[in-house]
Amino acid sequence: MKDRFNLYRFASPAVFYPLAGAMTPYFVAVSIVFGIAGLWLGMLVAPTDFQQGEGYRIIFIHVPASWMSMFIYLVMAFWAAIGLAFNTRLSGMMAQALAPTGALMAFLSLLTGALWGKPMWGAWWVWDARLTSELILLFLYIGYMALTAAIDDPRRSDKAGGLLLLVGVVNIPIIYFSVKWWNTLHQGSSINLAKSSMATTMLWGMLLMAMCFWMYSIAIALMRVRTIILERERHSDWVKTLLLAGDPK
Amino acid sequence: MLEADNLECVRGDRRLFAGLGFRLGAGELLYLQGKNGSGKTSLLRMLIGLLPPEAGEIRWKGATIKSDEFRADLCYLGHLNAIKEELTPLENLLAAAHLADEVLSEDEAMDALEQVGLAGREDLACKYLSQGQKRRVALARLVKEKRPLWILDEPFVALDVAAVNWLSGIISGHLQRGGLAVMTTHQLVDIPAGTVRELRLS
Amino acid sequence: MLKIITAVISRDLKLAMRRQADIVSALFFFIIVVSLFPLGIGPEPDLLRKLAPGVLWVAALLATMLSLPRLFADDHRDGTLEQLALAPHPLGLVVTGKVIAHWLVSGLPLALIAPILGIQFDLSTEGLVAITLAILIGTPALSGIGAIGAALTLGLRGGGVLISLLVLPLYIPVLIFGAGAVDATVTGLGGEGHLSLLAALTFASLGFAPWAAAAALKIALE
Repeated sequence: MKDRFNLYRFASPAVFYPLAGAMTPYFVAVSIVFGIAGLWLGMLVAPTDFQQGEGYRIIFIHVPASWMSMFIYLVMAFWAAIGLAFNTRLSGMMAQALAPTGALMAFLSLLTGALWGKPMWGAWWVWDARLTSELILLFLYIGYMALTAAIDDPRRSDKAGGLLLLVGVVNIPIIYFSVKWWNTLHQGSSINLAKSSMATTMLWGMLLMAMCFWMYSIAIALMRVRTIILERERHSDWVKTLLLAGDPK
Repeated sequence: MLEADNLECVRGDRRLFAGLGFRLGAGELLYLQGKNGSGKTSLLRMLIGLLPPEAGEIRWKGATIKSDEFRADLCYLGHLNAIKEELTPLENLLAAAHLADEVLSEDEAMDALEQVGLAGREDLACKYLSQGQKRRVALARLVKEKRPLWILDEPFVALDVAAVNWLSGIISGHLQRGGLAVMTTHQLVDIPAGTVRELRLS
Repeated sequence: MLKIITAVISRDLKLAMRRQADIVSALFFFIIVVSLFPLGIGPEPDLLRKLAPGVLWVAALLATMLSLPRLFADDHRDGTLEQLALAPHPLGLVVTGKVIAHWLVSGLPLALIAPILGIQFDLSTEGLVAITLAILIGTPALSGIGAIGAALTLGLRGGGVLISLLVLPLYIPVLIFGAGAVDATVTGLGGEGHLSLLAALTFASLGFAPWAAAAALKIALE
């Protein structure tokens, strides 16, 4: 082997662009497979809940979306830390590409939470600790996107956004525990997943849907990072040749 | 000794310069020249350590410039005056010295203000001074400045002939004491002492 | 280390004293916002007593936001921020000084006026003491966390609104423990636990936030 395998090579946008393009279809395909399996388990196989009826099935969207919204923020903070520590350009682009998906997941979690809450508790919104934290998480996503959008210089945008992500990730546990404490103090209504009655099929359904969302997030983030790369590197030679060739793959 | 090696500067989409290097020793002055947008100010900001270069390295006395020691040797005068409108010239000089960890007595500050022709104005808030007078307050910092490395961004702009001569005298004195200076300028001003080098950015 | 912090504080206080209108208008903003609530919800003393901690705290957060955009913007515009960044000591210490000065002119006046506003809301004596203590202990954290937002948005268009988006979610723990302290005192549970958590938040943010803000300032100055 002439070239030693070098991970840093993939940190170059010019190398990563075609790689991301090649990987995207696989993630899309895997996501669809997991999605079909998860929906089949969740909608058809899982038994009707004797208390909640059919309405509970929305948790197959709600729970995975909540998981992903938190997980994506952590991944963004991870990329931010890498970007600030090693000054790699791609890290900031990855964080920015993930943000809309993370915000979408947080929004989806809130929406499905509301849809679930109405038939179960008779109110669209209850100030439950988890829902409230999810709302604050959505605010954090919006703050990050607003900040990065307001800064024209991409490098400064990446760095400032990265710093905000790190500050946010340090604060999330503090916010979460304060909200939880606030919730118990005010004896607010709390949503309890009936853990004892959670059947194995339900758990599998949620896990499959989580995998589906995960793969979807990766696929969509890769597509978005490709657009960001093209936009930022539009003056570089490799993008110009790519565009002249007519097929930006 | 200030050394720069192989510096590269990219702003936005444009590469302003690459492979730029120089060495500057005691008593030497470096003139940076070039059109607007050629990267003069960017280079100055690299030299003071606020803008990390895309590639290359800057060393002061053989060590990195990312240190308190470097900043303790540095005096930077930007195109902004860095004076507070609400404070008087005297308070401005004293506060600037204080914040930069320099020793400056009230008498020395008064003396500096007198040299720049602001005697009698030292107790007037700077917002009541004219643009030229504000610039002189900023320049008054240089009178008692003992730090070896001066980096000046367009120090002669908007000064009358007498003030230009006075300032070139101050810079000469600094070079004679073995100081170093880097400055950008549009007009070439005769600095009587020291070795003058030129660097043209295109 | 202490020398540079006190130098920054004394300079910023001197500047603030020559521009007293700014301090006074933020204070009146606080007073007006708090006074609007009874007009919006009605004058029943029971209801007002229940709402007082939350209303006072939310108004305090907003009043703090009002002065944040100028925390670094003035120094940035006239070039003094560059000089501060070039001074031979860590920028985090300079920011610490600026945060303390910001609290002295924005947070401290709120704490001093809070008991008077509390009377408008028919708070008991213990409640008045608690709200004053809570605002006194909690507002330094607001100045500290706010400094990060102010530094990140330095020189951006729409910076003021942007700061609110970034900073207000991070203020939530301070709001919860600050208002909770008053609530717990009034209901006889004792607010010491809340107050000590509030103090912990303040110490943590005064320790960490200035360094994060300093890093953000360096990014903004590039």
